[in-house]
Amino acid sequence: MTSVLYDVPGPRAKARNRILNIIVMLAVLGVVAWLIHRLAVNGQFDSRRWAQFQYTAIQNELLEGLLNTLRAAGLAAVLAVLFGAVFAAARISDHAILRVPATFVVELFRAIPLLILMFFFYYGSLQFKLGLSPFWAVVLGLTLYNGSVLAEIFRAGIAAVPKGQREAAYATGLRKNQVVRLILLPQAITAMLPAIVSQLVVLLKDTALGFIITYNELLYVAKQMGGRLEFGFPYIPTYFVVAVIYIGLCSLLSLLARYLEGRGRRRAKVTGGPAPIAAPLDTGDTTKL
Amino acid sequence: MLSVLTDNWELFRDGFWLTLRLFVVAALLSLVLGTVLAAFRVSPVPALRGIGTGYVNTLRNTPLTLVFAFLFFGAAKMQLSLPTFFWAGVAALTIYTSAFVCEVVRSGINTVSPGQSEAARAVGMTFLQVLTIVVLPQAYRAIVPPLASVLIALLKNTTIAAGFSVLEAGSIPAAMAERGENQMLTLVWITIGFLILITPLVLLQRWAERRTAVA
Repeated sequence: MTSVLYDVPGPRAKARNRILNIIVMLAVLGVVAWLIHRLAVNGQFDSRRWAQFQYTAIQNELLEGLLNTLRAAGLAAVLAVLFGAVFAAARISDHAILRVPATFVVELFRAIPLLILMFFFYYGSLQFKLGLSPFWAVVLGLTLYNGSVLAEIFRAGIAAVPKGQREAAYATGLRKNQVVRLILLPQAITAMLPAIVSQLVVLLKDTALGFIITYNELLYVAKQMGGRLEFGFPYIPTYFVVAVIYIGLCSLLSLLARYLEGRGRRRAKVTGGPAPIAAPLDTGDTTKL
Repeated sequence: MLSVLTDNWELFRDGFWLTLRLFVVAALLSLVLGTVLAAFRVSPVPALRGIGTGYVNTLRNTPLTLVFAFLFFGAAKMQLSLPTFFWAGVAALTIYTSAFVCEVVRSGINTVSPGQSEAARAVGMTFLQVLTIVVLPQAYRAIVPPLASVLIALLKNTTIAAGFSVLEAGSIPAAMAERGENQMLTLVWITIGFLILITPLVLLQRWAERRTAVA
């Protein structure tokens, strides 16, 4: 690993870096050991606090929570992509009557905190007796927010396709609809696939907000399980288990995003095809939170 | 419609005041922590790079709600809980947001032209000097727009504290439900409040984007 920030280390720098490396590793080990000590002192490794994971009933409970999380995330992902496609199309429309309201909607939903969006459906359903379950509050909230972000991603993708592609397509006599559908969209979607998948990671993470509006997804189940007196309030063990599940799932999706990014770059190099659209200095990072 | 706001003015005022305090304190702390992590990630010491990478990859794939849950319900079981709910909320937001700040700062470091640090090295600066005197100041200029996005997200994320007994703006609906007030109107007012808070950040972002686009 070379960097422009420092020279290729000579013998003295190498020795210094090695010593620093060892000091840092010892410090990290120290912190980890201290944390483990704290856990041990407070009895978090007691077998009774971990015993519940051996029961099938409790495993099923966790599984049910995970399925609820995936159910909400899956449905919301599909709806958000649809929402994003429709609003991206409206935002690049030549007709102001479509463009202006779509812009307003997209900007508004991106500015409202997701939890407040969910509250709108949650409390709205109570107030107007709509009979929406917390599941739908979560799904609809996620759809509106992530759909708006996806609309921007789609739009940026279409805007970033080299101008010549569009001009050439019009020159061969294609209509606007055809240009967008046959020429621009396929290129935009390929280029934006990593950003789209990253957004789905965000969506998956945000299902955990369902916890606050009593949707019994994974985190909600974990809270219930952690609060059980008969196992000595095993909050820490359950959060460990749940964290492993969340981080594992999201990391897999993140890896997929990175793989797609690498593939896009390689393919452009090999085929000399359209250069991958450089993500504009991660403005999309809004999005990853 | 106005009466919902005026009758419960104190609730709204206190809620948004707490939101603002959470936001400012967490923003400052995550800028510092994020920059330190970014410095770790570009440093010549492998162990530091490992810490930076591990931190960012883990936290970016963890739901913020889980970080909150761990700090509020878990940490107490290790007798590590923070003195007040406010500080626990600040800690959760900082731990999460700094991972994103780190990535933004790192991408900013990549935008600084290599000639700058090469020149700095040629006059004999050490790694820390190159980073703090030459590279980071230039990196910050380039990252204002994405950093503004991260801050906007942070501001919106403060609402999650509502689920954890921090009485910021996001907790207003629950309190209003107890008072039997109109929930939809309450939420509309909260939305307006957030729009007012977010607008300056959006304007800052647009302004910075225009400036860097010209340069």
